[in-house]
Amino acid sequence: MSGAAIRQVHLAVHFPGVNNTTVWSDPRSGSQIDFASFVHLARVAEDARFDFFFLAEGLRLREQHGRIYELDVVGRPDTFTVLSAVAAVTDRLGLAGTINSTFNEPYEVARQFATLDHLSAGRAAWNVVTSWDAFTGENFRRDSFLPEELRYERAREFLATARELWDSWGDGDVLADQRTGMFVGREDVGSFEHDGPQFCVGGRFNVPRSPQGHPVIFQAGDSHEGREFAAAEADAIFSRHGTYDAGRAFYADVKGRLARYGRRPEELLVLPAATFVLGDTDEDAMERAAEVRRQQVSGATAIAFLERVWNRDLSAYDPDGPLPDVEPDVDADRLSKGRADREKSPLETARAWRRLAESKGLNIRELIIEVTARQTFVGSPASVAADLERLVADRAADGFILVPHLVPGGLDEFARTVVPLLQERGVHRSEYEGTTLREHLGLAPVRPKEEVR
Amino acid sequence: MHLAVALEGAGWHPAAWRAEGARPEELFRARYWSDLVLEAEAGQLDFVTFEDALGLQSLRREGPDGRVNRVRGRLDAVMTAARVAPVTTAIGLVPTAVTTHTEPFHLSKALATLDHVSGGRAGTRVQVSGRADHAAHFGRRVPEQTAGDGELPTFDADDLFEEAADYVEVVRRLWDSWEDDAEIRDAATGRFVDRERLHYVDFEGRFFRVRGPSITPRPPQGQPVVAALAHVDLAYRLAASSTDVVFVTPQDTEDAARIVDAVRAYELGHERGAPLVVVADLLVTLGPSRQAADARWDRLDELDGQEHRSDAQRFTGRAEDLADLLVAWHDAGVQGFRLRPAVLPTDLVAVTRELVPTLRRMGQFRVTYEGCTLRERLGLVRPANRYRAARVGALR
Repeated sequence: MSGAAIRQVHLAVHFPGVNNTTVWSDPRSGSQIDFASFVHLARVAEDARFDFFFLAEGLRLREQHGRIYELDVVGRPDTFTVLSAVAAVTDRLGLAGTINSTFNEPYEVARQFATLDHLSAGRAAWNVVTSWDAFTGENFRRDSFLPEELRYERAREFLATARELWDSWGDGDVLADQRTGMFVGREDVGSFEHDGPQFCVGGRFNVPRSPQGHPVIFQAGDSHEGREFAAAEADAIFSRHGTYDAGRAFYADVKGRLARYGRRPEELLVLPAATFVLGDTDEDAMERAAEVRRQQVSGATAIAFLERVWNRDLSAYDPDGPLPDVEPDVDADRLSKGRADREKSPLETARAWRRLAESKGLNIRELIIEVTARQTFVGSPASVAADLERLVADRAADGFILVPHLVPGGLDEFARTVVPLLQERGVHRSEYEGTTLREHLGLAPVRPKEEVR
Repeated sequence: MHLAVALEGAGWHPAAWRAEGARPEELFRARYWSDLVLEAEAGQLDFVTFEDALGLQSLRREGPDGRVNRVRGRLDAVMTAARVAPVTTAIGLVPTAVTTHTEPFHLSKALATLDHVSGGRAGTRVQVSGRADHAAHFGRRVPEQTAGDGELPTFDADDLFEEAADYVEVVRRLWDSWEDDAEIRDAATGRFVDRERLHYVDFEGRFFRVRGPSITPRPPQGQPVVAALAHVDLAYRLAASSTDVVFVTPQDTEDAARIVDAVRAYELGHERGAPLVVVADLLVTLGPSRQAADARWDRLDELDGQEHRSDAQRFTGRAEDLADLLVAWHDAGVQGFRLRPAVLPTDLVAVTRELVPTLRRMGQFRVTYEGCTLRERLGLVRPANRYRAARVGALR
């Protein structure tokens, strides 16, 4: 570190969602939809002085074999509505929502994020995600889907249009001056015109400029295009590379892309998703982690995972038995729908898994536990605090978006035991210094529109 | 008698923001809205409504008016209601939602979520948008009909209302797409939900197709309350076919009785769970005397530089006289009132602290809240789930 300021660990919490990482079978597992669960998690995060609260989104219930997938948590609230409500029970915590740029329109989304930023006094963030699948499209007017190669084009233009809308009001446009009788300072407040391949819109935006100007922009895609999009447009990346080596490689890669867009490394934060299991000792934590993995991967879940790679009905196989001897079906339509992750090379994966199962003597369930249930931080509070600090110090990340495996109490122990250690080490705030999410993240204010022009 | 207040900007008079007691610099802050709704809740009102639109306020039908001396800009109504929900406990929250240009799938889950975060206090007032300038904000559709020489094209009104009826149908189907007990958490089979209790809604209409199910579990009320404001035949028909509550604008007691009869006639031929709850809108300016209230109103007109006209009948005077008027209209068959305060918070406070006590003394208004949900308060039963009925019927 040699004289440089100690790098701060940014921390956020992801409300546990519809993946098998969320353990619903545990007796401590509470409601996934009652507002009390959201209040609990958000307040614990705010008391621990986290940067923000994060919500993912999926706009169609997942299916496997053409039927709704039953084994994981199903169901979630509307992102904008629940974040607006969480704004009422928190004071400083950032509020980050995942909103799709394919099945929405810029005018509506821009006003919703501007509203969230007003209602939270400057705490809104947008995780811009793209979809292209006709499966999700069946729930929307748009109906026919977007060709995959156009999804980032649409996302980029969607975000550009939203920014034009946010910039259509200046900081000083609302005068509300009772004496002069001027409510707004100019006749053309909110004027915008956008004519592009994806959107041809114009008129007047109807939400005055919000406290942050623009919400903080997140990007979560991992492809080359996704990384370029982040380098060009985003304030933060929600990445999946939470381990030391992969984290450092990813970090160097995306930070290295910034200069081409005239941006400095600190203008884009790299925040991997991370899970954690704590224990009194490292050994204790390892034991608990193994239990959690078994809760996350039931026999039925293991078969379902295997089916997504094999693309076949494997319901006849015993999860406690060996891997199937048949090969993945690469020709059939995908049997799993509504998931962002796709198995890109099933034959290779099957070969690798067979080798792994053979060398370690694993049955199906054990194998799936081995290959899927990633746990980023496992150890005593002291070990986890040290790991977090080291990964940030060594530029594998700027911080982490923690994904607890229990609702609503999954962050309690971390907040009670790890956060004070990070605070003692001087790498995590004890009090919020700022009021807006941009301030928490150390991002410069959005330049007023006049300067942009 | 049901009593509601309609929240809109600084109040319903265009110069409200300039009145004494107004808080015009706070219109875009959460605190302003939660203060207003807490005041309404302190008066045990049934619900508040929140206005909304997909464009900037304008006096001109054809587009922006360039006025700088009136309130311009607003926050999303559903989100404002959600922001207020956790700080209130009993009052109904009824944001406006536009059914033109927007997605029924999104609105359905937003209102279901509002119902979850408020513990069953959500409703919505659906509204169509026929304005060409608002359509241009979406760039998706072009208006199909020219209204007349020199006027910009607008949407065909029949289409807008037909779409709104389809929209409400889809939104309700999506609320029902989860049976109440769809979440089973069955450790033995490893299943979180029972997919037999989740349903595709498979709506196909002229304007959209929606497959379903919703991503949000069925809300506490089963179906949040749906309302519409009706002045014209098409809107009455929409209310009769699709909504639970209708806001109407009678001009006097006889007109109120006539409108109630008309609503009942519109209902014939529709399979309804319950009759429409008929709620009359009134624009209210209150004062210690008729003269004082008139002076307040005249001052507002003077500030705005023109006489303000409203679709709703205007009451300007003492709370006691307003109480008499409400009782007379109530006797004529109107079940409740949605009062539009000329100035916020002034006329809202007059409603909760003068009108409500007066009505109570007359034995015409509740002393404490009864029932937890907005439906219960309005005397509307929790709707049975259409898909469960069909599924259980099929099993028998």
